[in-house]
Amino acid sequence: MYSLERPVQGQSSCPKDRLGRKRRTVVSSLTEDEELTEILKSYCSNKVTTTKYSFLSFIPKNLFEQLHRFANIYFIFLAALNFVPVVNAFQPEISIIPILLVLAVTAVKDLWEDYRKHKSDKFINGLVCEIYSRKRQMYVDQRWQDVHVGDFVRLSCNEIIPADMLLLYSSDPHGVCYIETANLDGETNLKQRQVVRDLPRQGSELTPENFHSRIECENPNNDLSRFRGFMEYPSKARVGLHNNNLLLRSCTIRNTETVIGIVVYAGHETKAMKNNNGPRYKRSKLERRLNVDVLWSVVLLVIMCLTAAIGHGLWLRNLKDNSFLIPDTTSPALSGFYLFWTMIIVLQVLIPISLYVSIEIVKLCQIFFIQNDVDFYNEYMDSRIQCRALNITEDLGQIQYVFSDKTGTLTENKMVFRRCTIAGVEYPHEENGEKSKYIFLHNIFHQGDASMELTYIVDFFMALAICNTVVVSSPNQPRHVSRTPLKSLEDIKMLFQRFGLPRFSTLSPPHTTESPRSFTRRLFSRGKAASFTPRLDGVPGEDGDQGYEEEGDGLENSNGGEGPPSEPGADELIYEAESPDEAALVHAARAYRCTLQGRSLERLLVELPGMGSLAVRLLHILPFDSTRKRMSVVVRHPLTNQVVVYTKGADSVIMDLAESPKGAEQSDGRQGHIREQTQKHLDNYAREGLRTLCIAKKVQTSTEYEIWLKRHAFAETSIENREELLLESAQRLETNLTLLGATGIEDRLQEEVPETIEALQRAGVKVWVLTGDKQETAINIACACKLLRTTDQLLTSSSSCLVSLQEACKALLLELRAEVERGEAAEGTSGFTLVVDGRTLDFALQEDLKGDFLELSRRCRAVVCCRSTPLQKSHVVQLVRDQLRVMTLAIGDGANDVSMIQVADVGIGISGQEGMQAVMSSDFAISRFKHLRKLLLVHGHWCYTRLANMILYFFYKNVMYVNLLFWYQFFCGFSGSVMTNSWVLIFFNLLFTSAPPLLYGILDKDVSADTLIKLPELYKSGQNSKAYLPSTFWLTMLDALYQSLVCFFIPYFAYAGSDADMLSFGSPINASALLIILLHQVIESRTLTWLHVLVLVGSALFYFSFTLVFSVVCVTCSPPTNPLGVDKLQMSQPLFYGVCALTTVLALLPRFLFHALRNSISPSDTLKAALMDQLNPDNYCRRMQHWNQTQAQSKARGLIINVEDLDIKIPDFILPKELKECRAATGSVLS
Amino acid sequence: MMASNYNAKEEDGHQPAAIGHGGAGTVKNKKPDNTAFKQQRLPAWQPILTAGTVLPAFFVIGLIFIPIGIGLFVTSNNIKELEIDYTGGDMSSPCYNCSQSYSWNSTKPCTCSVPFSLDQPFESNVFMYYGLSNFYQNHRRYVKSRDDSQLNGDKASLKSPSKECEPYRTSDEKPIAPCGAIANSLFNDTLELYYIDPNGSRTAIPLVKKGIAWWTDKHVKFRNPGGNDNLTVVFQGTSKPVNWRKSVYELDPSDPDNNGFINEDFIVWMRTAALPTFRKLYRIIHKKPNMTPTLPLGQYILEVTYNYPVRSFEGRKRMILSTISWMGGKNPFLGIAYITVGSVCFFLGIVLLIIHHKYGNRNHSADIPS
Repeated sequence: MYSLERPVQGQSSCPKDRLGRKRRTVVSSLTEDEELTEILKSYCSNKVTTTKYSFLSFIPKNLFEQLHRFANIYFIFLAALNFVPVVNAFQPEISIIPILLVLAVTAVKDLWEDYRKHKSDKFINGLVCEIYSRKRQMYVDQRWQDVHVGDFVRLSCNEIIPADMLLLYSSDPHGVCYIETANLDGETNLKQRQVVRDLPRQGSELTPENFHSRIECENPNNDLSRFRGFMEYPSKARVGLHNNNLLLRSCTIRNTETVIGIVVYAGHETKAMKNNNGPRYKRSKLERRLNVDVLWSVVLLVIMCLTAAIGHGLWLRNLKDNSFLIPDTTSPALSGFYLFWTMIIVLQVLIPISLYVSIEIVKLCQIFFIQNDVDFYNEYMDSRIQCRALNITEDLGQIQYVFSDKTGTLTENKMVFRRCTIAGVEYPHEENGEKSKYIFLHNIFHQGDASMELTYIVDFFMALAICNTVVVSSPNQPRHVSRTPLKSLEDIKMLFQRFGLPRFSTLSPPHTTESPRSFTRRLFSRGKAASFTPRLDGVPGEDGDQGYEEEGDGLENSNGGEGPPSEPGADELIYEAESPDEAALVHAARAYRCTLQGRSLERLLVELPGMGSLAVRLLHILPFDSTRKRMSVVVRHPLTNQVVVYTKGADSVIMDLAESPKGAEQSDGRQGHIREQTQKHLDNYAREGLRTLCIAKKVQTSTEYEIWLKRHAFAETSIENREELLLESAQRLETNLTLLGATGIEDRLQEEVPETIEALQRAGVKVWVLTGDKQETAINIACACKLLRTTDQLLTSSSSCLVSLQEACKALLLELRAEVERGEAAEGTSGFTLVVDGRTLDFALQEDLKGDFLELSRRCRAVVCCRSTPLQKSHVVQLVRDQLRVMTLAIGDGANDVSMIQVADVGIGISGQEGMQAVMSSDFAISRFKHLRKLLLVHGHWCYTRLANMILYFFYKNVMYVNLLFWYQFFCGFSGSVMTNSWVLIFFNLLFTSAPPLLYGILDKDVSADTLIKLPELYKSGQNSKAYLPSTFWLTMLDALYQSLVCFFIPYFAYAGSDADMLSFGSPINASALLIILLHQVIESRTLTWLHVLVLVGSALFYFSFTLVFSVVCVTCSPPTNPLGVDKLQMSQPLFYGVCALTTVLALLPRFLFHALRNSISPSDTLKAALMDQLNPDNYCRRMQHWNQTQAQSKARGLIINVEDLDIKIPDFILPKELKECRAATGSVLS
Repeated sequence: MMASNYNAKEEDGHQPAAIGHGGAGTVKNKKPDNTAFKQQRLPAWQPILTAGTVLPAFFVIGLIFIPIGIGLFVTSNNIKELEIDYTGGDMSSPCYNCSQSYSWNSTKPCTCSVPFSLDQPFESNVFMYYGLSNFYQNHRRYVKSRDDSQLNGDKASLKSPSKECEPYRTSDEKPIAPCGAIANSLFNDTLELYYIDPNGSRTAIPLVKKGIAWWTDKHVKFRNPGGNDNLTVVFQGTSKPVNWRKSVYELDPSDPDNNGFINEDFIVWMRTAALPTFRKLYRIIHKKPNMTPTLPLGQYILEVTYNYPVRSFEGRKRMILSTISWMGGKNPFLGIAYITVGSVCFFLGIVLLIIHHKYGNRNHSADIPS
């Protein structure tokens, strides 16, 4: 299978828009007009080429691209330098080897990638779709690449859309079609698209010949959710086009038999292609540190070369007559200058260029292991962890701040309808036992008002059922929209007779004499649906509970075959909602027999208890947006035939809008009461951690509606400022609402969230929760997931009042800080948690308060930001990241977390219920929050220590080896001679000692995974960059220097004055250098598996066999360092082994000793943990307990004083009185 | 493997239902294999270096190194070595005159005799070296200045030597054989040894000139251009190196197996020394079949045909007589180093033992993390 869309890096096959028009004009490609045909030709064709190279251009282009990398330029510079006769150190062909190797490896990798792209392009371009052909007057099969702008494409169900097209016809009688955008954004819920409005119906199917309209639309852009334009009919009438009319490339047609569209954007100009960005590239903290040290290496190199150059100049000057020895007549100064460059070639290895390649390989392997971790596997979703950023694995081990979203991240984001309040009466749907806890309001209504309450209830559930964008489908009819035919009048009548239920309109007194709740109960008693007889016994809500519980599990089979026999298909309805809240509400409504059965563009099919299916004419949908925080539907009520607006939205917004209509004195009292009660309930819900939504309605008179409609139509058709106008229009409509009630939806915590958060906190990671939810909800969840402990003091700063300005905020922060400092002084620990709301956050993020805010938050153990917008979230992350210079991680699941995820050093997306936007922008995508624990504590720790150690080892290795050559310069007149064969020299780094460090970077394991999980404190070593401090770097350098001194001077003294020739002298030096370097790694690595042994022994054997074979077969090769016979002879002499053994032992002695002493005298935590790993299970457990006890003790010391306040309290001590009142009155503006 | 994992999502693009909602559709199970390798649970040896664990290593190293060191030291001390500096920088030196007057261009050989005496007899084979000091045979330009193919008998290279040989590539428009600075600076002093009998008569000591080069050099690396046994013909059209008195085919006319490029003195010279002070094997004095020492104690005379000028680069020339052991020539360094390192290890072992007793128990009791 091939992916449909991939990043476009390659050449684009589209001609440039020559005219630079602001808009795009599209007409039917069947047009005869030549000018228009010309315009159409100027657009991109649908052929997609994502490959970078063609067959011919590969070598030059790839080379060119590779030459853009600094490392390669360095290599090439060295190779080129070697071709200059006066400075060359080796034969030119030898110095080409490294660069050739690097280029070749990269080129092969690129070629392979490109070939895959090419294959997939070919596959995609070769897909077939039906295009209308003028010649044959019918739809013919064409390949995707032959689709052009203006073509008419016919698609059937389950086909993939080849290009962005305007929907002109759908086989659906209502002119809608459904698309699945999973290929685009991973969202699997169906989205509805509709045929261009007012398109003259042209018989059964659209005839392309008769299509003479002109389409004007925007130039191609990458905004998936926006499309603006209009279509002009031959009659010059215009109709607005918007996103709803556009079928996007690579989406799939679902539930619709046939659609026809005209292509407006093709190929690389489609929104899908425009949205493809390459993989993310981030630079890790370790790499930044590494680059500094690479610069140090450069400095070192220059110093060494300068020393040699000056030395050479002086040496030459002192040499009286060099004519017969050294055939050179250049002046000493010039020779010194030449020598500088020669030395750069000789000592080039000092710059660990191969380190960058090695790091890439190691990171790929680390990612391989992360992806293969069975603990990250989610059975339910059959998904593993996705690593989308390939080069920041080690950052996972250095995280200091975690910013977490709440919904869907800490919680399941599986919404469960828990309770609702209708008209001020609460209907709890908790388990039976808990019910008594809730105080029920007395029924304040008179008997006569019963019908009123009923109306409320019916309206409430109507609103739940229809005020949404849920798409209904049934699994056994996937190709069609579920359409339940309207019941005949007879059927409805029969239904009523059968269940003996009165119609609403003829609600008779005997029924109303019942308590209103008994009706409710009946209404709610859907579970016992076999007979709809009213149940007078039982506790109110009991039945609802049971029915509800089934629903709560998100199962679709809630009706369980108990539904009305006349509707066998009803229980197979599947609701596909954009947000889980919506689905929960529709399911809830259905649980109470108010079933949404179908939806089309103009009609909604709702089944009401006792009334059967009713067709509700849908007039408008004003979709949800984050500014309004609400959505509305405008329908014509089936019973009253009035225009009714149902609005559903955030409580704060709806409560503000739900003003009593002026002049309606009688209802005013009740509305006020309802509002009061609802607010009370809402506060309760929030306290329990429920998500709240308010439901309201408004009855429009037809004149009012007409007026509004006119202006709305204008807004819809305008191209400029359409969004603003629509928003305004929506706001005009959504006023003077009548509050119906509110719902409380529970979002359960994910499993192991408290454990994970506790572990993170023990690991020294500060966890912040940033949520858009209300303060109470947020605190509640924070409490539930142990972010807040019962002993913690809560600092709330919610200056939500409008009068609280910056100064107040500043005062607040200062006061909080003082409080914390007092607390700290008294208790010696910070058991504080800061709770900030969005508005305060706004102030806190301002320039002059930043410092105070950070200072305060730094002293708190946890911070909860509620009511925060996506932008604020990212600002907070950015502030902390930049100001405190810490490593941040952001984790979230929804579109609102995207900006935060992108800002943080490490962004983690949770592939949850809310689509894939967060995953798409993340570096790692996990399926559960609990995976974070292992990802950070184990893999992060490992990746960091492994990589840090490998990098240090690389530096060590290079410095150690290069210095050997440098010391030799003191004995050869600083002439740039080497005592080793040049091939061996080049291969030493490239082959003989390259594999072990890689393995070390991939497999080394200082502490076992179990222990790392059990002792999160071990994570702190990574946070503090313990493994790679500047001091560690310099210590390693010093050790390398010492080792190279030993490695050079022991052979030097052993061979001084003897008849050894250059290569014989170099042979033991090289061999012992290899042994030292390999054994050094054995000392450094914490684990040795058979793989390590294999690679280490293999490297050594490779070296010795290579040099031996080379010294036998190489007769005249590799001048001037021809190795013939050298190593063979050397290795037959005992002196060689005597020198190697002594050198190796003496060189490694200090490090060996240092490790032993440090580990004995002051072992690090990591080492202690590693020691524990070696114990037998019993001892291990005992030691683990002991460790945890000491941890707890040290923590408990500060907490004793706080124990008395066992309940979470929200001390408002810091707020001035009037501010508090303010807050109560207005609520928060943001929600 | 990596890439396919990374693209796993991508490739499933056509079956998106399986990604979002678990139940739908049957896609391949993405559960990772629960193998020891993939789950990073390979059985591993964890060497943790603590005083306790490294203790034995130090003692073992100490116990091994000290005897080796003693052995090496004794071996080195048993080697007899005699070094005679005949540079002649000194007025009192017998070669003073030669050293002053001589230059590369002189045609008349200058000879001098250096008397010396042996206090101890040299048993077994004695190796005779010449030694040079302050001679940078390892200089990069010098080392490069040769043509291995030419020396290997390649005819093409004979006629047109490698550019590396410049400026000793051609002379008088004819290619130089052997070309290059190394060959050009061939050591050309002749050293002869005479034993002075107590009765005053001089006996020449037989110096063997074959077997001084490496076998591989003599038989593989260096070859005369083939085709003709008569080297004069073979080397026709080439010129001798500028500093040479005679052509390459006149190095040892008496022995065709030691003439031309395969002359062993030449081969030995061509193997450039590692350090600026070096010795090169010149002759071997084989052990006599009877029980008499190779070189009995007594008076000797070193007859030097002084051809090689070293004054220009402040060099020194020496003649060295030495026996060798299995460890090579006389060098007490290695033995002393072994003894020192061994003792240090032993000492450190004791220090570690103390530390182990002091801190070792702590690791097994309290674990108070810092």
